[in-house]
Amino acid sequence: MYRYDEFDHQLVNERVAQFSGQVARRLSGELTEDEFKPLRLMNGVYLQLHAYMLRIAVPYGTLSSKQMRMLAHIGRKYDRGYGHFTTRQNLQFNWPALKDVPDILKDLASVEMHCIQTSGNCIRNVTSDQYAGAAKSEIEDPRIVSEIIRQWSTFHPEFSFLPRKFKIAVTGTPDDRAAIRVHDIGIQIVQDDKQNIGYEIYVGGGLGRTPMIGKKIADFVPKEDLLAYLEAIMRVYNMYGRRDNIYKARIKILVHEIGVEEMKRQVEAEFAEVRKAGTLHLPEEEVARIEAYFQAPAYESLPDESTELNKAVLADRDFANWVKSNVAQHRVPGYAIVNISLKPIGGTPGDCSSDQMDAVADIAEKYSFDELRVTHEQNLTLAHVRKKDLHAVYEALKKHDLATANINLITDQIACPGLDYCALANARSIPLAQEISRRFADIERQHEIGELKINTSGCINACGHHHVGHIGILGVDKKGVEYYQVTLGGAADEKTAIGDIVGRAFTEDEIVDAIETIVTTYIGKRNEGERFIDTYRRIGVEPFKESLYETH
Amino acid sequence: MAQHTRKGAQFQALTANRLSDGIVVYLTADDRWSESLQEAEVAEGKEAAEALLARAEPSVADNTVVEPYLFEVAKEADGIRAASVRETIRQAGPTVRLDLGKQAELPGVHS
Ligand code: HEM
Ligand code: SF4
Repeated sequence: MYRYDEFDHQLVNERVAQFSGQVARRLSGELTEDEFKPLRLMNGVYLQLHAYMLRIAVPYGTLSSKQMRMLAHIGRKYDRGYGHFTTRQNLQFNWPALKDVPDILKDLASVEMHCIQTSGNCIRNVTSDQYAGAAKSEIEDPRIVSEIIRQWSTFHPEFSFLPRKFKIAVTGTPDDRAAIRVHDIGIQIVQDDKQNIGYEIYVGGGLGRTPMIGKKIADFVPKEDLLAYLEAIMRVYNMYGRRDNIYKARIKILVHEIGVEEMKRQVEAEFAEVRKAGTLHLPEEEVARIEAYFQAPAYESLPDESTELNKAVLADRDFANWVKSNVAQHRVPGYAIVNISLKPIGGTPGDCSSDQMDAVADIAEKYSFDELRVTHEQNLTLAHVRKKDLHAVYEALKKHDLATANINLITDQIACPGLDYCALANARSIPLAQEISRRFADIERQHEIGELKINTSGCINACGHHHVGHIGILGVDKKGVEYYQVTLGGAADEKTAIGDIVGRAFTEDEIVDAIETIVTTYIGKRNEGERFIDTYRRIGVEPFKESLYETH
Repeated sequence: MAQHTRKGAQFQALTANRLSDGIVVYLTADDRWSESLQEAEVAEGKEAAEALLARAEPSVADNTVVEPYLFEVAKEADGIRAASVRETIRQAGPTVRLDLGKQAELPGVHS
């Protein structure tokens, strides 16, 4: 795992000292709110409906057990005993007091954590595949590139005041779990026929008010040129990005307006300039140094089959369901990837109590090389578990209500904080997700329905990724009453699509029945073994419209 | 600043977040900031509401609160009630995790 070097230590400590001073001056009145607000936003502190909110960076979603325990401690000491994992693989605390924030930052810094690049108009914390280093079809661990980008972008003077925030995601496998096509820049690691590693680059994806799918502008950027190429994109964006209108300031609008060919031409021209200057050429030693941080753990050599596992699957039906939905193949024989669902039936998607954080830290220490991942679908992952330990891991998770067997199923929903916490919200998201979860609680039925992703946002900012949910739900406000608009057919994987609006919005009382109707319609129309999204792609929106609205 | 009231609202109260911890507070008749909506001063009509809003200024200047604004309320037999879902949630906490915080302490607001 990546360890801070001295340079990082110094920067983070300086930043903590600086921000602590700013908080003190705000509390004493030397700084006004107008002066302070941009400073707090550079340090991950938002003001929400009820309290401040602190967003903590989890770079590319990787955490050590020690770091997780510190988060648990902070949740207990300064918050209300729980935190919320977000779709950008970060953690949010909903209740910290401003006066405590300097102490929280000190505690975080003691385990090499901070809130830098979690808010403001900078290059945000880079996100990546939660299966990094473990996925079967992986070409290269995407965290290497993510870390290179982190080092290049943190505190890069030109990138601290971009027209808007800027998000980058990286994946190292052809099946995309990092939603790279809905990021400002998406990086797909590829290999040419001579086994050289390079990068396919997507640009201009994003959600929010104007959802766009990223367009490919490069098929193969060689490894040593990656930063030069990214710098070229940033220069074009910085030159043309609209600062006069915040809704138009995203790179997706620029790419949309000038077209992908023109974008490509401009980036190529800048790229030639940057490359000539040579300063961003990535030296091999530097790459090797960073690669060393992500070296594979010391796997045992094991047979791929585990008799212990096979026996347990036969003996315990609940465990068998959990293995089916929550366990994924590992590239090393005898190992598996375990997904820990943070979506218990009726719970808040992504919430995790301090006690649960401590429990998963212990489990990771004992069974998965002391390391954890946060997923953009608001779950956790243990990347390297011996198959023969799976049953023990399951039992340990179950004690803490962390063994729900629903990964990628209908109750594994993404939901933003919505009107229960968020000052920008039009409608509540969490109670809706909870109602849906209760309606479809039966695990056998969930497995019968199969893969189905429901994403909910409480307003058009789309923090809950509703545009790319197989079923998307968007909260809207009609004269002070909450309504919910439904989209169908969205996807955030390698076949990214923006969902189609199905028709008029539903009330809070109607929405769960509407979801049920959609599911029933799908079940009636699906071919054998066909996933919801594939059925939708085959039959389109009409049959769903009919069943949803004809009886109303 | 965001608008959270309604044109022509009859009754309005004044709210803000406390600077030190962000907690929701309401301006009282004797110019204190209370955590309870029931202690809020309620202004009737436009002029009274504007006068109420103006009384927030000293507290912004001396850094007691941030982001003060008016919002619509109703006066009912059992007390003052916020008109919108948003302000009801600010008053009584999230409608989830009913085991914690204000949600737990003010039963009955989120029915
Ligand atoms: C509660 C405090 C939050 C506030 C005030 C907030 C605010 C915003 C705003 C204003 C945007 C739109 C930005 C734009 O269009 O450029 C946005 C986008 C986004 N937020 Fe949040 N958000 C919050 C919480 C969250 C949480 C909890 C998550 C994860 C579950 C999240 C994930 C995202 C994502 C992924 C986007 C990107 C959409 C895009 O690509 O345009 N946010 N947020
Ligand atoms: S989508 Fe809207 S309501 Fe949900 S967290 Fe983002 S800004 Fe808040």
